Amino acid sequence: MLTVSPSPHYQSETNTTKLMCNVLIALVPAFIFSLIVFGISSLILTITAIVSCCFFEFAINKWLFKNEDCSIKDCSAIITGLLLSFNLPNSLPLWMVVIGSLVAIGIAKMSFGGLGCNIFNPALVGRVFLLISFPAQMTTWTKVQDYTIDGTTGATPLGMLKENILSGKTISQIDLPTFQDLFIGNIGGSLGEISVIALIIGGLYLLFTKTISWHIPVSVLGSMFLFSGILFLINPEIYANPLFHIFSGGAMLGAIFMATDYATSPMTPTGKIIFGIGIGFITIIIRSFGAYPEGMSFAILLMNALTPLINKIQPRFYGSNK
Amino acid sequence: MKTFKIGGIHPKENKLSAGKKIEPTPIPEMVYIPMSQHIGAPAKPIVAVGDTVKAGTKIGESSGFVSANIFSSISGTVEKIDNIADASGFKKQTVIIKSDGTDTWEETIDRSTDLIKSTNLTPDEIKAKIIEAGIVGMGGATFPLGVKLSPPKDVTITHILVNGVECEPYLTADHSLMLEKAEEICVGVELLKKVLGINTAIIGIENNKPDAIEKMQNAASAYTGTQVVPLKVKYPQGSEKHLIQALIGVEVPSRKLPASVGVIVSNVASVFAVYEAVMKNKPLFERVVTVTGTSVKNPSNFLVRLGTRTGDLFPLVGGIPEDTDKIISGGPMMGKSISSVEIPITKGSSGVVCMTENEAHRKKEQNCIRCGRCVEACPIGLEPYLLNTLAKKSMIPELLEHNITECIACGSCSFSCPANKPLLDYIRLGKAKAIQATMEKK
Repeated sequence: MLTVSPSPHYQSETNTTKLMCNVLIALVPAFIFSLIVFGISSLILTITAIVSCCFFEFAINKWLFKNEDCSIKDCSAIITGLLLSFNLPNSLPLWMVVIGSLVAIGIAKMSFGGLGCNIFNPALVGRVFLLISFPAQMTTWTKVQDYTIDGTTGATPLGMLKENILSGKTISQIDLPTFQDLFIGNIGGSLGEISVIALIIGGLYLLFTKTISWHIPVSVLGSMFLFSGILFLINPEIYANPLFHIFSGGAMLGAIFMATDYATSPMTPTGKIIFGIGIGFITIIIRSFGAYPEGMSFAILLMNALTPLINKIQPRFYGSNK
Repeated sequence: MKTFKIGGIHPKENKLSAGKKIEPTPIPEMVYIPMSQHIGAPAKPIVAVGDTVKAGTKIGESSGFVSANIFSSISGTVEKIDNIADASGFKKQTVIIKSDGTDTWEETIDRSTDLIKSTNLTPDEIKAKIIEAGIVGMGGATFPLGVKLSPPKDVTITHILVNGVECEPYLTADHSLMLEKAEEICVGVELLKKVLGINTAIIGIENNKPDAIEKMQNAASAYTGTQVVPLKVKYPQGSEKHLIQALIGVEVPSRKLPASVGVIVSNVASVFAVYEAVMKNKPLFERVVTVTGTSVKNPSNFLVRLGTRTGDLFPLVGGIPEDTDKIISGGPMMGKSISSVEIPITKGSSGVVCMTENEAHRKKEQNCIRCGRCVEACPIGLEPYLLNTLAKKSMIPELLEHNITECIACGSCSFSCPANKPLLDYIRLGKAKAIQATMEKK
């Protein structure tokens, strides 16, 4: 007996699990960097986030959805956990991490139907929920100096900028970190966002393995550079250098790993560019004029909400007279 | 390197039989020749049971403008005229001929291998010979060549494009033909130029076949106006629309034929058949077929008499592999899986691919992760993920709005889906429904 089926009879070797594993591999450099900088606390926090994300996914699948098939195998919950921990300060109490994981997996992902059905980036929903619920703990940063923790608390470069500008100082009066410190990661911040170089290495890996396309990261960073550049040209004493913007805060982590989340970003290349420009624009608006020092998470979530609308833009087809 | 603009994929090539010589096959005891081996009206059988025929005897008469003559491929007697399933799975009227073992050819056919470069025939006489010989597009679409050579009065043909792309994985039939018959193909191109009264021909070959590019370039250098262009390897470059864009940079407007942009496209195998028909008086009754597969012992290219049953080819490659679970007539991207080894080889069969159980079975479908790979892969610029959903729900107006009728069924979407969604299955269904709905409206 021969098998008969319609064409094609050929399938690429890429599958969902492989793509997810590529993302995990790409996050390794940033993870190793966080271990060097924050030590054991980073490891404990990351493991807590991953384990609780996987547990909630498993539990909801098994007992709520009564699904035979366990969706943990596709590794997407591990990514959510890892990305959530990357967006948290290392001093955050572990029970808050668990709550963040529950919100990320339970509310942002599973309540929409699981993998691929969610509208908002789960890790970011978890992070923003924690930021709004526990603002103090979520903005307490351990100061990093020469890769040793001196135990005192400091501010992130963006926090420093916002606080000082609000108190009436000009940029030349603020002691901002150098570009070299920003690039290597010799600054305060969440676990995974501090080292630009580690994140770029991961991003290049994703591009090289064709896990993501260049459209979103390039358009996010490009538009951030453009819009902050315009403000910088207007008044360099109040608005920071565009390079400072794309090297600080969650810009790299957001542009490379959060905004490129498949389920919550547009399907077409044109859509992806519009999506990226929107994120860059909103981020700079929030950073420059908002109450929060950082706006990447909000910008991505806002553009996530617009994604179904952006998907309505039809690509031009071959032979179309348009 | 030239290529088409929108989408495209690069499947693993697996050209196992590349560079192998074309071997003639032994004459089968029986041939099963369907009267419909082309797009258009089936030919009418003009032989009766008991008639004796030679190889090259006309047994089916073209029955319309879009139709083609059919010829016997062996000498013997007509055993039966019956309805038999072909690769499409549908039963077609088929003339069954029993071999007399002598392989006698019609006397008019020149069986020598001498290269004949020029002819005194007029363009109309050449065209008449091409139509008489029953030549169709041998890349798989099987559109009668005579129709392409008779463009409507209001269009001017400026280019002949010759398709030597062979973008399907596994297949090497056209490749081997270009290696061995480069001179003949170039003469065939000259004949087509003469018919159309033009002097511009471009032969497109993907650059995974550098040996064929070199051979064809050497052969073509003797003729002005014939050019060989290497193309970047990308599927589905062998599609007419995509080859036109790759070679001359224009798009064929939606729902129009290539002639509307002044182009006719023909496969290298068809061009070789033109040479044989005009210079050797040999109608189309045999073709090159690749028999291959990852577990096939000796993947090869054969010169096969049309009507030979697929099963008769397996002894020549070391037997049918034990783990064969699916047999494809054509390539793995657009070929048809056949239900039995009794299906005959026809004018459009470029290959026979054996797939192992592991390769043949579809993987389990998972949730769409909305990665957009199908959108990036679609060479037409459609949104397969969306068409899939709309087709499942039979949303006809939305399907039409998203141009489902433009789909060329190349399978790039299903190929690239990491969640193993059978996208093309539903898109085919949706396209059929949408076309039916528009016809009913009219």
